[in-house]
Amino acid sequence: MNSIALLVILSGYLAVLFYIAHWAEKKGNSKWTNNPYVYTLSLAVYCTAWTYYGSIGVAADSGLSYLPIYLGPIIIAPSWILILRKIIRISRVNKISSIADFISLRYGNSRFLGAIVTVICLTGIIPYISLQLKAISETFHVVTNTPTSKNIFDDTTTLVAVALALFASYYGTRYVDASEKRKGIVTAVAMESVLKLVFFVIIGVYVTFFVFDGFDDIYQKASLLEHFKEKNTIGGLPQAINWFLLCVLSMFAIFLLPRQFQVSVIENNRENHINTAVWLFPLYLLLFNIFVYPIAWGGNILFDGKNVNSDTYSLLIPQLFDEKTLTVMVFLGGFSAAISMIVVSSIGLSTMITNNILIPYNLLGKLKSVDSVSSKSILNSRKIGIFSLIILSYFIYRFFGLDYNLVSIGLVAFVIISQLAPAFFGALFWRRGSRLGAVYSILVGFAICIYTLLIPYAIGITNSSSNFISEGFMGFHLLKPFQLFGLDYLQPVPHALFWSLLFNSVTYFAVSVSFKGNYRERNYAEMFVDINKYITNHEDAFIWKGTAYRNDIEKVLIRFLGEERTKRAMNIFNVKYNVDKKVELADARLIKFAENLLTGHIGTASARILISSVVKEEKITLPEVLKILEESKENIIINKKLTETSNELKEITAKLQNANESLMIKDMQKDEFLDTVTHELRTPITAIRAASEILHDDDEIPEELKKQFLQNIISESDRLNRLIDKILDLEKFETGKQTIHPSKNNLVETVEKSIEPLQQLIRNKKITIHIESKDKINAYYDEDRIVQVVTNLLSNAIKFCPDSEGLITIQIIEKDNFIHTFVHDNGKGINPNDFEAIFEKFYQSTNQNIKKPVGSGLGLAICKQIIDHHKGKIWAQPSIKGACIVFTLPKNKNIEL
Amino acid sequence: MKKILIVDDEPNIVMSLEYTFKKNNFEVFIARDGQEALDIVKINYPDMIILDVMMPMVDGYATIEQIRKDDNLKHTKVIFLSAKNKESDIEKGMALGADAYLTKPFSIKKVVDQVMELLSK
Repeated sequence: MNSIALLVILSGYLAVLFYIAHWAEKKGNSKWTNNPYVYTLSLAVYCTAWTYYGSIGVAADSGLSYLPIYLGPIIIAPSWILILRKIIRISRVNKISSIADFISLRYGNSRFLGAIVTVICLTGIIPYISLQLKAISETFHVVTNTPTSKNIFDDTTTLVAVALALFASYYGTRYVDASEKRKGIVTAVAMESVLKLVFFVIIGVYVTFFVFDGFDDIYQKASLLEHFKEKNTIGGLPQAINWFLLCVLSMFAIFLLPRQFQVSVIENNRENHINTAVWLFPLYLLLFNIFVYPIAWGGNILFDGKNVNSDTYSLLIPQLFDEKTLTVMVFLGGFSAAISMIVVSSIGLSTMITNNILIPYNLLGKLKSVDSVSSKSILNSRKIGIFSLIILSYFIYRFFGLDYNLVSIGLVAFVIISQLAPAFFGALFWRRGSRLGAVYSILVGFAICIYTLLIPYAIGITNSSSNFISEGFMGFHLLKPFQLFGLDYLQPVPHALFWSLLFNSVTYFAVSVSFKGNYRERNYAEMFVDINKYITNHEDAFIWKGTAYRNDIEKVLIRFLGEERTKRAMNIFNVKYNVDKKVELADARLIKFAENLLTGHIGTASARILISSVVKEEKITLPEVLKILEESKENIIINKKLTETSNELKEITAKLQNANESLMIKDMQKDEFLDTVTHELRTPITAIRAASEILHDDDEIPEELKKQFLQNIISESDRLNRLIDKILDLEKFETGKQTIHPSKNNLVETVEKSIEPLQQLIRNKKITIHIESKDKINAYYDEDRIVQVVTNLLSNAIKFCPDSEGLITIQIIEKDNFIHTFVHDNGKGINPNDFEAIFEKFYQSTNQNIKKPVGSGLGLAICKQIIDHHKGKIWAQPSIKGACIVFTLPKNKNIEL
Repeated sequence: MKKILIVDDEPNIVMSLEYTFKKNNFEVFIARDGQEALDIVKINYPDMIILDVMMPMVDGYATIEQIRKDDNLKHTKVIFLSAKNKESDIEKGMALGADAYLTKPFSIKKVVDQVMELLSK
């Protein structure tokens, strides 16, 4: 294919990416850019050109060894729910913008540590970026069928590198605050992740099903090739250990690679996105790996005996069959994989360089002097950083050639980055880890990496005739770089990983345990390890003693944030901690708050230096810090207890209030009751007194009338007595003094017994009375009391029956566990509105629509008490003619309510 | 002959009052609740009404309200005769336009004296 044509296609493709980034940046928080799928896809920046081309190369040359690099992340992914969440939380509250910031903050804002981490990252990643550029460049030449031009300025791929560098430096530095989200870049990376996967699957399907006849066909043909067997065996225990170490290596890489830290931590919008990434990301990796093997062996079959680079099989195969579109698609997929890695890595690295080397070491000008370092100069230095990183990587590729295949240089980068692992994971889980431990462990690990990997590889590149590899340093066999201390069955990369990490971890633990860190380290250790405790008010956890003025701190903030943002931030602080604006002195919380605000802009170490320059800090000893931490722990416990106690108190108060209310209601009821009782008592007394007065004063009263008055006195006295009895009865029930003595009885008999004393009255009023029931229906009740109830109901019924043809019907029915008794009359009936009220005390006295019959107004209230005590129910129900009162009694002793 | 209306739902109390006022030369009318009383006053225009408060359906308060609305009855005197003897009950009764408020149990003599006094005004 023509170079110009391919360049046009590439420019078009880059333009689309620019557009997507631009669009996403503008959309900001829309659901299109801020969702767990974009997050997960952005994590797939893990799959670089190395995955896209290199895996095929490895599979073609040495079988399954490409797999561990993907197995590691797949195995470790579930732990993200805990570990990655913790890292994200720590980074969010501390406004951390890179892994160098993360490590340096944890070990007491250490400027030196931040610088070391940055150097480690640069050493590992720059060649790795070169590698991506190499992949782009080489595949470009494969697709266009052109030779690589000797003159760097003639080579078209130089143009591509420059374009990339411009793109990254423009979109990677939109905000001064490096902890801000870069929606544009992330969305573009996610888009590229989709493209590289789709194009890879397409070529895989093409090779497997169009060039060959399915997986079986490839296997059949491949198995006839030379070395097939030996390339496709695990190779015993040593090889298994190699596999294991490579898995561990890639597990570390997925956390520690600057680009992974960038997308998984810094660019994370919501913690919950992890939940999706945990399953979707492994799935992505699996999908990617399905066709690696068929393409690799398909290539081996097609190009058997020809000297071609197996890394480029995915391009060579479609080219062989003259599938131009397919070739370009594959090329664009690889291009996507490479540039997303280049862009994200260079952004991360340039932030690190600026925030952890240039600013804290005053390389951008004196930090403390007002005019030298500003937001603008920071942004410019980052822009230049990104641009020059990419260009530098391109030059490294051009001048050093990098003759190793894609995988090996990638793995070297992994091993170098892994040196951060003990300090990094120790920061998360171990309070005792100290700055010295971290510094020495990283340096020792790095030194071993240099000895076992970098020097031998460099010698390999320069092709010098040194016998360093075969004979060891100065001829000491134990010091052979690939077989250190005689360990001879590991491949160079796992070998280097093993020794470097071993010495690295031991150093970290030994130094940390032997030399305690200072109070600042210990303070941050607490905040990192117990992040969940401090997630809302983490400023509270910061320990600081000294004198500081708000004014001075505000001035520093204004320099980097501007007036308006500083004002807004201070307001937020005042509201959050309820601090009065007029307070002049700053406390520990404000110091930490201000450091956080600056951290995003200039990194943790510089933030610390800058704030220290305007405040006067007093030294605190480690024991003091430990004591404060202990106290704050106790405080938290005491607070918790206090909250619990106050909650209990609240409950008790609420209960008391309820009790009080019900007492007040009862008191009111009692007053009403007394009122009514006195009224009811006075009525018969009034009648008695009036009649007595007449009898006393009037001597001329006719004999007949005299008798009538005397009769009135007698009946009213009886009424008075009945009333008193009933009041006492009711009172006993209501106060619980009245007990019932239930036993098994025949209810039919009891009803008959109740009718007996009323027979005379019934006959007098010419009332017919019916009992409808079986002969014997047993229930569980106190017979004397139920006689009282039935008598009362019958008395009422008799009272309300019409003067002629009165009819009372009593029905007794078994229903479930209860016996229902219906007492029905054919009188005037009860107003349905009064169905409930009639069971209240003295109800009759105010609301009866007939001439007042003799009654206390307490009868039904007492009936209700009696039935309630039997755990039965009593109610009035609608009836076609007359009134109908129903009561229930339990059939057996133990009824369930 | 002066006309007197006795309104009470207690027959035995009514009986004593009826006997006493008949003996004192009154024409006596009897009602067992407020509604009956209102029916009677419209026909007979009594000079005096003795009114109980707590009665079924239309109570004493409602009854006097109706009576005081009727211009034909503006000369009719009303005495409450009730077992409700709280300060507030009495105030309410008087505010509704009663001429006197006597409490139960009562002295028949005092009731007669009060009636006579009011009628002689």
